Amino acid sequence: MNDYGSEKREQVTVGKGNCIGRMPADRGAHLSSFPGLRILCVLPFAGLLGACKAVVLAPAGDIAIQQRDILFQSVLLMLIVIVPVMALTVLFAWRYRSSNKEATYEPDWGHSVHLELIIWSAPLLIIICLGAITWASTHLLDPYRPLDRLDAGTPVADEHEPLVVNVVALDWKWLFIYPELGIGAVNELAAPVDRPIDFRISASSVMNSFYIPALAGQIYAMPGMRTQLHAVINEPGEYKGFSANYSGAGFSGMHFDFHGLSNADFEAWVAAAKSKGATLDGAAYLELERPSQNEPARTFASVEPGLFEAIVNMCVDPAKMCMNDMMAIDARGGMGLAGARNTLPVAADAKGGRKAVFGPRPTYVASICSTADPAGLATLPERSAPSALMLRDDIAGPSPSLSLLDRFAPTGASQS
Amino acid sequence: MQAESPAVHFLLGRFTLESLPIHEPILVVTFLVVALLGLALVGAITWYRLWGYLWREWFTSVDHKRIGVMYLVLGIVMLLRGFSDAIMMRLQQAIAFGGSEGYLPSHHYDQVFTAHGVIMIFFVAMPLITGLMNFVVPLQIGARDVAFPFLNNFSFWMTTAGAVIVMMSLFVGEFAKTGWLAYPPLSGIQYSPDVGVDYYIWALQVAGIGTTLSGINLVATILKMRAPGMTMMRMPVFTWTALCSNILIVATFPVLTATLALLALDRYLGMNFFTSGLGGNPMMYVNLIWIWGHPEVYILVLPAFGVYSEVAATFSGKRLFGYTSMVYATVVITILSYLVWLHHFFTMGSGASVNSFFGIATMIISIPTGAKIFNWLFTMYRGRIRFEEPMMWTIAFMLTFAIGGMTGVMLAIPPADFVLHNSLFLVAHFHNVIIGGVVFGMFAGISYWFPKAFGFRLDPFWGKVSFWFWVVGFYVAFMPLYLLGLMGVTRRLRVFDDPSLQIWFVIAGCGAFLILLGILAFLVQIYVSIRDRERLADVTGDPWNGRTLEWSTSSPPPAYNFAFTPVVHDNDAWWDMKRHGYSRPLAGFNPIVVPRNTGAGVILAALCTILAVALIWYVWWLAALSFVAAIAFAIFHTFDYNRLGTVAAEEITGTESERTRLLAGTAAP
Repeated sequence: MNDYGSEKREQVTVGKGNCIGRMPADRGAHLSSFPGLRILCVLPFAGLLGACKAVVLAPAGDIAIQQRDILFQSVLLMLIVIVPVMALTVLFAWRYRSSNKEATYEPDWGHSVHLELIIWSAPLLIIICLGAITWASTHLLDPYRPLDRLDAGTPVADEHEPLVVNVVALDWKWLFIYPELGIGAVNELAAPVDRPIDFRISASSVMNSFYIPALAGQIYAMPGMRTQLHAVINEPGEYKGFSANYSGAGFSGMHFDFHGLSNADFEAWVAAAKSKGATLDGAAYLELERPSQNEPARTFASVEPGLFEAIVNMCVDPAKMCMNDMMAIDARGGMGLAGARNTLPVAADAKGGRKAVFGPRPTYVASICSTADPAGLATLPERSAPSALMLRDDIAGPSPSLSLLDRFAPTGASQS
Repeated sequence: MQAESPAVHFLLGRFTLESLPIHEPILVVTFLVVALLGLALVGAITWYRLWGYLWREWFTSVDHKRIGVMYLVLGIVMLLRGFSDAIMMRLQQAIAFGGSEGYLPSHHYDQVFTAHGVIMIFFVAMPLITGLMNFVVPLQIGARDVAFPFLNNFSFWMTTAGAVIVMMSLFVGEFAKTGWLAYPPLSGIQYSPDVGVDYYIWALQVAGIGTTLSGINLVATILKMRAPGMTMMRMPVFTWTALCSNILIVATFPVLTATLALLALDRYLGMNFFTSGLGGNPMMYVNLIWIWGHPEVYILVLPAFGVYSEVAATFSGKRLFGYTSMVYATVVITILSYLVWLHHFFTMGSGASVNSFFGIATMIISIPTGAKIFNWLFTMYRGRIRFEEPMMWTIAFMLTFAIGGMTGVMLAIPPADFVLHNSLFLVAHFHNVIIGGVVFGMFAGISYWFPKAFGFRLDPFWGKVSFWFWVVGFYVAFMPLYLLGLMGVTRRLRVFDDPSLQIWFVIAGCGAFLILLGILAFLVQIYVSIRDRERLADVTGDPWNGRTLEWSTSSPPPAYNFAFTPVVHDNDAWWDMKRHGYSRPLAGFNPIVVPRNTGAGVILAALCTILAVALIWYVWWLAALSFVAAIAFAIFHTFDYNRLGTVAAEEITGTESERTRLLAGTAAP
């Protein structure tokens, strides 16, 4: 990897209308190892320099900077073959034009072992180099891998405790939860500079992609799943974040501001968030996840503990069984027929309540009980429709919930 | 927020008057224009009493040449629709700044970009390459038709049926608002309850049947029907690329069919293959659709590579450089194209080793592709290059594709892809390879083989006008998108906040306008060429001093292609024959058995269209009826024993002596 430590990083803010001044300096450092290619490299990018705010080429976070470097390295390597090919194309097309009777004409020449060797080996050699870079950098910059450096000159030490941020893509806004701080925000994200950030990312309904170009590459946000991204922001500033995967009508408005703040400013931001704003508990979340567009940024003074885990396991509604519980049950052999009975119809007006034309009425797996609801009362909600569970109890005899409790008591489900 | 499933009317399904977009002025005007043009066309055909001619000679034709031409017409017509979508998107993105919502609401805009992608891939690029392969391959291998001529006609009409279904969605109901690959859960019944995704599914299923059958047909043709002496390693390179492309079609289109069938089961029967709960997994869909989707890219570009190979050799007046390595490169690309699908979603959270594997596999494809570029380069070397229109497209391709290939390898490196995925850089990249590779190749191919199909050349002046508008327009339209991608702008956005981006979208819009002029110039070129067909006529059948067998017969070729099956002794069979003083046989013709035309393909495809539309609108009685009718008609068709006709020896003698007269320069009275 390149040594950026040799140069003092210029402090620039990526703000509106502000040209990025540090790219040439960085590239100079990088190119010193390829002196012969310096000119080649500068030419294609000179045009880009004029275009301010090419944030992918001039990011402010160490991960994105390393990703940018790989872009440059790969382009340089490929130009070794691309430039001659393009030049030769023009040259041959001109030289061997039919009006040029001076040029040699060999209508039957169609094979040359030497040329074929070069033709196949030149790209091969370049791809071997690129492949090595790819293998190493893909592993080093794996978004799931905890950071081992804050920037080129600063390895991560014990005192750099990562800041955990839970990210949820909703229709059509972003929810951020700081589990250690107990606060949350919609369409606004802040982080202190030079501190590792550990994003854990999920979604409520459809696929999105969590992307802050100045900070680090993107990763998908998917319902019922948790992806991860480790990153660090090195310079204070205001940056843009957004969804990079089309997710429906409100997709265009699904962007947010990412504040890279000094430690003091971040503490002030946290304190401000704690001092005002509402509480985000399960009920408030269920209200928030309803589709809405162009939501204004706002913060939550407190967030119910465990909310993110419930979102990932799709059981914020206490009546629903969490996916991790389902998987734990299934891992022990499942519930047998009782499992098929332990379902309830989804209310017609709720998310996921739409019935396929020939399909069965949508159902969900009812929760059995939880620490918050030891009697499992949530499984018998007061709904307008009669509970399927109760109906089936009449037919099938003993209550499945009771037999389930007996059977699964040791798994950690609390006993009533 | 979401209601129960809408009521399904017994007769009309879920169709109501609300399904007609009468409150959307853009669509109403479009409909009026399309309806007027359609009426004018129908009126003109009726006025000139062409219906009988069209039905007998074209719609029911089982002649591969006519079917090929019909495929090309379909592709060009659909290009106009797909390009209208492109212009609408460019306009929306150029004006939706500074608080402006633009002129398209998301309901409309999201359909436009979905339809643009679907139409351009399935109903423009696919018909164009299938049309070229259909027309050229049997001629190049010295065959009289494809292996299964009726199947060929049926395949064409199924592709057309898919196009008709997509076009119908413009005016009845709506199209999908999901992006061209319709990722679930967004495309599931929960988030897309309307007819849009059903239009998408059934249009592609119907067209997919046509594509798959056409693939089987051409594979069988190439493997079994080559002229004597044409070993595999003497096949023209276009035929080789067509073979590989069709093998890919046969191997991957069933995956698409199965994937869309699973999505349809989710949507119709409430199954949970791709839902996020109840055991379903949307990531499975993303994998499956790209296992089809990546080879699809090569299905499109390989035949274009074949065109460039033919054109480069012909217009350099020289043997193709490195024929053997060209063939191996094609085969290697074919095989590798199956092993790279995951590079379309590095960002889905696969581990670093998985991502590296697919990244490196992708880069490895650039080695045979690079070898091909070098081969074309050294084909030009020590040649005598004539800059006719096909050669101009080829050189533009070589320069443009080099850039597209480079950006493709950039995207193949996972850490780089993390910052460029789904950005306008990606959009610029795939337009760079699809326009610079496939579209340029199709124009090269059309202008190259047009005189073979019709007996006169395309007008070179308007061809050059079209060429320059296309090439310049391409760069003006897509270089700004590369830049916008590096500025961190993602795709499929409808409105923008940052005013500094606007200038780039305006430039891109100007580029799209230049391309529009290029398309119009192409249409003018066709009109002018037909008008001036006397001036542009070619009686030799070999206007470019060609090298392969299609140039050995007349232009247009007779229904039986070759009076005597040619015998092949060398790679460039016709070049070799010309050099050894080949003389046309003038007598001793035998009767030739040719298949009769049949309307069965049109009728079956029409029944399938009705079935699809009935399924889309939940009109169950009609679906059942048309399904039974289609099956019954297919069985009925198998009892048609009177399928073969004969071209009498006297007729062949007449045709061939007419050609002899033309070649001698004494045109018939």
